[in-house]
Amino acid sequence: MEDVKFGRRFFLKSGGAAAAIAGSVVIPIHNANAATPATSGSTTLPYPKRAVGKAGGMPVNEATSFSYPDASSPCYAIRMGNPVPGGVGPNSDIVAFSAMCTHMGCPVAYDGGSRTFKCGCHFSIFDPENGGQMVCGQATEDLPKIKLEYDAKTDSVQAVGVDGLIYGRQSNIL
Amino acid sequence: MSTNINDRIALPTKDAQKSNMTCHFCIVGCGYNVYKWDANREGGRAASQNALGVDFTKQVPPMSITMTKAMTNTITDKSGKRWNIMIVPDKECVVNSGLSSTRGGKMASYMYAHDGIGKERLKNPRIFRGDQWLDTGWENAMALYAGLTKKILDNDGPSGLFYDCFDHGGAGGGFENTWGTGKLMFSALQTPMVRIHNRPAYNSECHATREMGVGELNNSYEDAQVADTIFCTGANPYETQSNYFLNHWVPNMSGSTVDKKKKWFPGETAAAAKVIIVDPRRTATVAICEQVAGKENVLHLDIEPGSDTALFNTLFTYVVEQGWQDKEFIARHTKGFDEAVKTNRMSMEDGAKATGIPVAKLKQAAEWAYKPKASGHRPRTFHPYEKGIIWGNDNYVIQSALVSLVLATQNVGRRGTGVCRLGGHQEGYTRPPYPGDKKIYIDQEVIAGRGLMYTLWGTNPFQTTLNAEQHRLVLHKRANIVNEAIAKAKGASIEQLIDVIYDACKNKGGMFIAAMNLYPTVISEEAHLLLPAAHPGEMNLTSMNGERRLRLSEKFMDAPGSAKPDCMIAAEIANTLKAMYLRDGKADMAKRFDGFDWKNEEDAFNDGFRRAGRPGVGPIDSQGGDTGYMATYALLRKAGNNGVQLPIKRVEGDKLIGTPIHYDDGKFDTKDGRAEFKPAPWNGLPKTVADQKAKHKYWINSGRANEVWQTAYHDQYNSFVRDRIPMAFIEMNPEDARQLGVNPGDVIEVFNDFGSTYAMAYPLKSAKPGQTFMLFGYIKGVHGDVVTNWVDRNVVPYYKGTWGSIRRVGSVDDYKATISFKDRRYA
Repeated sequence: MEDVKFGRRFFLKSGGAAAAIAGSVVIPIHNANAATPATSGSTTLPYPKRAVGKAGGMPVNEATSFSYPDASSPCYAIRMGNPVPGGVGPNSDIVAFSAMCTHMGCPVAYDGGSRTFKCGCHFSIFDPENGGQMVCGQATEDLPKIKLEYDAKTDSVQAVGVDGLIYGRQSNIL
Repeated sequence: MSTNINDRIALPTKDAQKSNMTCHFCIVGCGYNVYKWDANREGGRAASQNALGVDFTKQVPPMSITMTKAMTNTITDKSGKRWNIMIVPDKECVVNSGLSSTRGGKMASYMYAHDGIGKERLKNPRIFRGDQWLDTGWENAMALYAGLTKKILDNDGPSGLFYDCFDHGGAGGGFENTWGTGKLMFSALQTPMVRIHNRPAYNSECHATREMGVGELNNSYEDAQVADTIFCTGANPYETQSNYFLNHWVPNMSGSTVDKKKKWFPGETAAAAKVIIVDPRRTATVAICEQVAGKENVLHLDIEPGSDTALFNTLFTYVVEQGWQDKEFIARHTKGFDEAVKTNRMSMEDGAKATGIPVAKLKQAAEWAYKPKASGHRPRTFHPYEKGIIWGNDNYVIQSALVSLVLATQNVGRRGTGVCRLGGHQEGYTRPPYPGDKKIYIDQEVIAGRGLMYTLWGTNPFQTTLNAEQHRLVLHKRANIVNEAIAKAKGASIEQLIDVIYDACKNKGGMFIAAMNLYPTVISEEAHLLLPAAHPGEMNLTSMNGERRLRLSEKFMDAPGSAKPDCMIAAEIANTLKAMYLRDGKADMAKRFDGFDWKNEEDAFNDGFRRAGRPGVGPIDSQGGDTGYMATYALLRKAGNNGVQLPIKRVEGDKLIGTPIHYDDGKFDTKDGRAEFKPAPWNGLPKTVADQKAKHKYWINSGRANEVWQTAYHDQYNSFVRDRIPMAFIEMNPEDARQLGVNPGDVIEVFNDFGSTYAMAYPLKSAKPGQTFMLFGYIKGVHGDVVTNWVDRNVVPYYKGTWGSIRRVGSVDDYKATISFKDRRYA
């Protein structure tokens, strides 16, 4: 039987009885093996948290540049001006995507007129209001979504993960 | 937290097995490399640690690789061992130079894995008993299929045996499989009751051009790089021949091939290409050409639907009036010019009236395409075309008009020219001659109650035929007669079951339906027997692309269950029939089924494609020409993803030397070598179609979308496609939509006197009032249901000639919430 381990975040989310032992990071069950690193119990990569900006300061229907999860991965955040699936912020309207086309990595540009991302290399089009769905084009994947969290107290938007493989990487975390 | 990890992929190990794969899907046939390695191991991120030789320790720069999740899979072989696979575009392939399309880029995902997108694949023969599909073995399936075939052949002759069969290359085709099926149907069973996968008779899509001496694939993809003008009719290559367009047209439009032109054609004026696109619809291709070439270099001739012939005749007449024809070429290498000038005459004014294109624009097109260049040379104008003509208003007449215009200006047989179909599938035709002397409209035979057994071989006549609703209604009734008879035959032996089925077909109007396919498909709603087939990668398979480039796709994995290549299914049927006739003591009949003793698909290739040119063999029809015998699997393996352009001229060492373009010697494919002009007087709309147009407000144009391959036989299981296109979309004018009370994503009904279908509304500002465009051949919402039964003299349908009424049915909340209805045109 393999060890079953629970990460810290599990307890923070679970509350109740589990919260009582939240101080413990790893709970070994059956044949405990304390030497195994805690991350081996996770199916998610260790994504960093990075500030994207203040929601109030983001212009509507314009792309705000940032990089995530590292400096060599350009991304765009957009406040769409209306609630969209996966949107965060006071109006659930802020979404963010990798700025590299999933097809061959060319930079996508945001076109406020059609409210789409466009790739000038092979003419793929992606829709930020539908989870980065490819509208037409040569890609085989939608645009990777940058997972965002919003802190109402500080009005700040943070990037916390990526849904989809960033172009030109074996893994989103280099 | 998801266990469906989508932010990492396994890299091929340094020692991964590497093999060649030509894309399964469109005519272009991009080259791909298949990597296969032990699933317990992974390549490292350093360039020296993975088979791709790419450094993944840091961000890989744009345009240096295409490697997505869709290009990977984990398969299991027959011994239970698991392998990772990766199928990525080949940079060394001259067709695509490392580009992948949204179709080919999904190949790896579509290879069989028990828990993958392809998990619904047919693994074993299935028989419909009572009310459900049941697996059975090949022996049992063959006893039934061959036994019933024999009974019909013996009692009713071959005309009781109907076939709907592929005739192409790529997946569900290939030279091995067209030969295997063709040999069974044509020289063994000798039935003429055969139709082809997308049309209701055994005919060509290019009769006229061939009769004129001009085969429809007469240049190289490279010629599109060096043409002065590309005059593209009824085609949307960005979405349907994507990497031909991106890798060969775009560089010409952007001017990056000007130096090449100067080198190839010294002394000639050379500039970036001008583009003329004939299509009533503003397609993705039109929008992208404007982006690349600049609007001033793109002429979109948005003609009235069905008026192509009027356009070509008008240009032909104008060219002759201006004296731009090539008089010397016409005199030395053609015949029938003077007659065509008379029959095809159409004034600018009449042409403008018929096509709806102003005279000035028509003259502009003529100047771009045919007026001598500043250097005095005649322009090199390439005339690609596809389904707008092929499924157009009288295929035969339009092609006659187009090729006459091309011949007058010698835009064939010179580099940078050509008059070529762009193609749908890859090609791969090698068969014995068709055993009949006329074209038979098979769908109408089915509807009239004729035929006893119908084999649907790698085809789907429910999604891809004309007058499809009536055809399916009749087949449904006839199939059900057989179902009811089978249900009563409890405990029957195979022989008794065959008698029961035969009686239901012969005496009660029934029809027994068998199908060979990768998947059950919608056919399983009507069929009685399903036989599992294999596709490239699970078998070795040869095809040629739109520039006649022959490649071998290599087998690298097992087919699921007991699935087999189509040629081997044909062999199994033939060998079973042979044994039955020998048991009956009918040696003469048994002899007809000789020559199927193949161990594998290579034997079928050697027996068929390589038969051409061998002494003492009977005639065959082969796209390999009469030098097919020179090609061997061994040489093709060496030739890799660049293969050889057919016909093969010679073999030098271990290298196959091919033919880049046809007719550069001025000798055409007619008896006397002269190309022949054809009369093609402007015909107007056929009455059947004109009647629908008079009664119904909307033109229901149809065609393909980039993301969907063919009938969506794989794509329907892939959420990337299915969630975007859950039902055939219909592009329509926003004001028309408003008047109909239709919002984006609403379900509408399209109907006319021939049938009715549903579609998902996709209003687009570029759609003209009164004109719509519906996705063709889709799983849900079959366009063919509203296509008339009209066909041209060769029984070629006019799919594009569809008019219908529209009403709003309702809305599906999920469509509106999850599907983007933004503009599909890049602008």
